Amino acid sequence: MATLEIRDLHVTVEAENATKEILKGVDLTVKQGETHAIMGPNGSGKSTLAYALAGHPKYTVSGGTVTLDGEDVLEMSVDERARAGLFLAMQYPVEVPGVSVSNFLRTSATAVRGEAPKLRTWVKEVKEAMERLNMDPAFAERNVNEGFSGGEKKRHEILQLELLKPRVAILDETDSGLDVDALRIVSEGVNRVRESGEVGTLLITHYTRILRYIKPDHVHVFAGGRIVESGGPELADKLENEGYEAYVKGGPVAGGHSKEDVA
Amino acid sequence: MAEAQNSPTSGYAPAGGPPPVGSTTAGSIAVAAESTVATRMSAPPSFDVADFAVPHGREEEWRFTPLERLRGLHDGTATATGGGVKVVVEAPEGVTVESVARDDARIGRAGIPVDRVAAQAYSAFEQASVVTVPKETVLTEPIRIAVRGEGGTAYGHQVIELGAFAEALVVLDHTGDAVLAANVDFVLGDGAKLTVVSVQDWDDKAVHVAQHNALVGRDASFKSVVVTFGGDVVRLHPRVTYAGPGGEAELFGLYLTDAGQHQEHRLLVDHNVPHCKSNVVYKGALQGDGAHAVWIGDVLIEARAEGTDTYEMNRNLVLTDGARVDSVPNLEIETGEIVGAGHASATGRFDDEQLFYLMARGIPEKDARRLVVRGFFAELVQQIGLPDIEERLIAKIEEELEAAVA
Repeated sequence: MATLEIRDLHVTVEAENATKEILKGVDLTVKQGETHAIMGPNGSGKSTLAYALAGHPKYTVSGGTVTLDGEDVLEMSVDERARAGLFLAMQYPVEVPGVSVSNFLRTSATAVRGEAPKLRTWVKEVKEAMERLNMDPAFAERNVNEGFSGGEKKRHEILQLELLKPRVAILDETDSGLDVDALRIVSEGVNRVRESGEVGTLLITHYTRILRYIKPDHVHVFAGGRIVESGGPELADKLENEGYEAYVKGGPVAGGHSKEDVA
Repeated sequence: MAEAQNSPTSGYAPAGGPPPVGSTTAGSIAVAAESTVATRMSAPPSFDVADFAVPHGREEEWRFTPLERLRGLHDGTATATGGGVKVVVEAPEGVTVESVARDDARIGRAGIPVDRVAAQAYSAFEQASVVTVPKETVLTEPIRIAVRGEGGTAYGHQVIELGAFAEALVVLDHTGDAVLAANVDFVLGDGAKLTVVSVQDWDDKAVHVAQHNALVGRDASFKSVVVTFGGDVVRLHPRVTYAGPGGEAELFGLYLTDAGQHQEHRLLVDHNVPHCKSNVVYKGALQGDGAHAVWIGDVLIEARAEGTDTYEMNRNLVLTDGARVDSVPNLEIETGEIVGAGHASATGRFDDEQLFYLMARGIPEKDARRLVVRGFFAELVQQIGLPDIEERLIAKIEEELEAAVA
């Protein structure tokens, strides 16, 4: 059974000639089949956790360990992590001009699966997955994320999630910028993957809205670069009613004005 | 109905991101009574090198070129070595290949040298090669002109002439090490169809400066495919003028500029007669410290050239830091009675975020870079429409990427 174990993770980032510690000792275990929601105010370090786990070069791990089934994730390059079964659905997916969605999907599926998928079944597999996400077939011929609307980008991320079948999926604010219809479609995609029982899901979000569609087993409150409280789904209800104020030093948080800089 | 589209930064640059450091993209559409394309040059066209001052580097036509690396082609100090550059012409049956002296009337008909090096080449060459495809001859095999540098310095002149309704494909292959300045004339009779593929696959030290002049006959079609991979300095100047209405010119270019290389492509399409078409698409990828690509696209629509339809585009993909692109499309319109005129230029970079995104989907770094570069060129390679050449280009791009990215 796939298990992602994060122990006392410390992560720093270089900012204006100074090294700033963003993650200050994160402990979390995500097992296959489980869904963990990580909720927290802006600037708490949620996205840093997501990108650090995926291996983004901007972030430096200054302490702690991350293992996937005992394998040292931090020793792996970005692509090795993905091939080991880690998937990050990004908050801001990147445009890749000149590379079509279909070429991209096939190249990544080939890399992750270790062999090129058989063409006939692959075409069918992609077509069906796109249909389930209400994506126009013409989408496959567009360049990756180029000119995509916010909703299209997120559907494209979930399409990859469905096709690559990771062992641990990290969804970084997948709900941000989506209207209710798009949120429902994207959530259904995530739920299909969860229902397989083969993926551990780390759902990072600022809002409780997505938790109406994707029911977490565990909810963690993230503040000041670490998990400050953990509980069951009832913790989300509490946050819905009370906000993050109780967890943030120095007064209330102005929601939605500043975003973590992840790029 | 006049229509001008100006989108100098359209499409390609990553949304929200700044253009890469060390790149310039300028564009202009001028509506002028007098051509500035001509007046921007420091001297009028001439066959005589003495009519051009030795450039100092601040002239409009030389400002991007590293003169100190031209090995004396620009200042008269480069002396032909009388050997060391071999030219072999292979032509199918029905084609005449001649070596002629400079007084031959067929030389210089397609265009006049417009800068000092082209005039130097014209003033210094000894024998020109003239390849003639008689009228109504349709070749099924290409004419191959292999220019093989063996360390020498040479001035060359080549003429390729197609009679009325003749059809031919010419492949000009440049390899090895040479210091070469040349003029190449393409003369297309009425209704003729000529495709020229000029491949610059030089060794690292080669210096190659050439002016290509095409004179497109009535209802004739000219297609130029310029592919530049190697050399220390390559500066090519494809130029097109029309001898009668109904002519079409397609100018395609593809370059891969590596560390330390200077690759400069300057184009001019002079719409000097009515009802002609032109389409220019140049794409380049750059990588490594000191890689410098220059693209100048001049299109002139003269007052009498009613019914002109023209479009030009240049796109650059910057793969690493330290590379520089200068891209200057320039469209000059002297009549409003045209079908269409537009230009676009954009420079984008393959940045760390793209690399991270692709790698986060399991794709190894090397494959990620290749994926992007191949995709970038694929559309252009297809547009070229020559299956044999396509395969060779793709194989060559792969080889270059293999060597450079590995």
